[in-house]
Amino acid sequence: MNSTVGDRRRARRTNRPPVLAVLMAGIAVAFFALPFFGLLWRVPWSEAWSLLTDPESLKALRLSVYCSLWATALAVVFGTPLAWVLARYGFPGRRIVRALCLLSLVLPPVVGGVALFAAFGRRGLLGDPLFDWFGVRLPFSTAGVVLAQTFVGMPFFVLTVEAALRGLDRRAEDAARTLGASPWYAFRRVTLPAIKPALFAGAVLAWARAFGEFGATITFAGNFPGRTRTLPLAVYLALESNPGQALVLSVFMIAISFAVIVGLRDRWLGGSSDGDPT
Amino acid sequence: MSLHARVVAELSTFRLDVDVDIEDGETVAVLGPNGAGKSTLVKAIAGLRPLDEGFVRIDSIVFDDPDTGVFVAPEQRNIGVVFQDHRLFPQLDALDNVAFGLRARGMSRTEARRVARAWLDRMHLSDHAAQKLDTLSGGQAQRVALARALASEPRLLLLDEPLAALDAATRAEVRRDLRTHLTGTTASALLITHDPVDAYALADRVIVIEDGRVTQSGDLSEVTTHPQSRYVADLVGTNLVPGTIDAGVLRTSDGVSIAVPADSPDGPAFASIRPGSVALHRSEPEGSARNVWLVEVIELDVRADRIRVRLDGPIGLVAELTPPGHEALALRPGDRIWASVKASEVGISEDFSR
Repeated sequence: MNSTVGDRRRARRTNRPPVLAVLMAGIAVAFFALPFFGLLWRVPWSEAWSLLTDPESLKALRLSVYCSLWATALAVVFGTPLAWVLARYGFPGRRIVRALCLLSLVLPPVVGGVALFAAFGRRGLLGDPLFDWFGVRLPFSTAGVVLAQTFVGMPFFVLTVEAALRGLDRRAEDAARTLGASPWYAFRRVTLPAIKPALFAGAVLAWARAFGEFGATITFAGNFPGRTRTLPLAVYLALESNPGQALVLSVFMIAISFAVIVGLRDRWLGGSSDGDPT
Repeated sequence: MSLHARVVAELSTFRLDVDVDIEDGETVAVLGPNGAGKSTLVKAIAGLRPLDEGFVRIDSIVFDDPDTGVFVAPEQRNIGVVFQDHRLFPQLDALDNVAFGLRARGMSRTEARRVARAWLDRMHLSDHAAQKLDTLSGGQAQRVALARALASEPRLLLLDEPLAALDAATRAEVRRDLRTHLTGTTASALLITHDPVDAYALADRVIVIEDGRVTQSGDLSEVTTHPQSRYVADLVGTNLVPGTIDAGVLRTSDGVSIAVPADSPDGPAFASIRPGSVALHRSEPEGSARNVWLVEVIELDVRADRIRVRLDGPIGLVAELTPPGHEALALRPGDRIWASVKASEVGISEDFSR
């Protein structure tokens, strides 16, 4: 029949994207790829290894790994119950609480740093009590870096896990309860295994964000070698004193982020995982 | 163990208000159309949904009573539940699913698995112990779910439409397993169903719920004879005759033969005869009906729109007459009349429960 032939022809045509779309998409790909190739092109490859392994770089790398892993741990420990409460319990103002917790996703990191300062800084909301009671000064300390990274990284974890919990069938938990499982036991043996992929994905996203954190860190924790100077800060600093080193460190960080994104597969590509040095 | 409960729950479209009493060792079937509140009843008794009013008591222990603020968490009640959609844990194999409740109550892994294995054996599932949920058939999964609920030796077993999601043949098999366990133990059970065959095969007593209220309760035969509503009349008020089919004839244990549709599979089955398809005659009928019995009128239940006649003969039967038909026959208890049923009007449910 005529209509069948027409349908088939139309179907075949829709399988191939329009030329214009291909063109625009090509430009977009180039836009993302070019800076990366530019980096690769500019990197002084002969000195790359020595620049990457010089004591200052290694110090920054060590600090970055240390702080970002702590930030990820905090995000998981506090983010899981938070995601649980947000996903499972209706309470007045839940939407506002949720928005507050996810605010740093859309906040310029510098603003986050300023806000952290206002809360935990020397003259901040909790600055004096923290010092008087615990002898803790968060700003310009390694703990401050962890705090700043957690602040920007945790929403990624909470968002991912909350979505998984919402999508989860509660009926399995109900069944577990009738079998004598306490809420905690049911959570551990029924809920956690079911959301394991989301926990993992959320933790990796939070880690990647923490690892690349710049704005909040430099605002709140400053830029002290060995104490608060993480890799992104080292890159920024090296840009003036030793551009070759900045390039090498940048490529190194891109390689790590890229590995993380590829490792996460396409379906977890929802959120950005790279820090933007603003 | 006996259950006494009055379950009141405010649902979005109606109010559930139902009294349920189950005596020691008894199985009570709750029948009702979809959306009557049957599953809410199960949730409330299991403790998955707090009562709005009423109480749930097992023996002398109060589990839920909004008036006094008593609420016992589901995990403290030891009430086993088998759900329609089995709700097995996908990350565990069949054995660990059955062992779950024992582990949750603190039994060691080795011991729990040993007990679980014994339960799988009893369900003829020993070969499937290491299988994950997605490799089990619907009937196997439901039997694992039954084993899982029974393994913790619950005080009370709640069966929420346990057979509804299964195909006819599997349903009959699982029904047989259920029967074995409900009659073999002294455990009490509440069976939610909308299939009168389940009630007939498994329950001592039925409660009919419509729109959140009990419209009728009692023995199945009592309910069949005196249906109080159209729903009961249509669904529960069906004559069910157990027997064995051989070449288009169902023979009961008393030796009565009933002609059934010729394509009915051989084997144990229930013949279901709708009261409306039982024709009554003052004199022996001639014609195509192959099932003709001489019966005695025991009782008449006269309603405005229909008249139910309980008959005693080779098999007990309930017939339903229209008011004009009733007028024409002018039946009285004690009358001896003829009852006929066409073979093509006899419904068949395969029954592997015997």
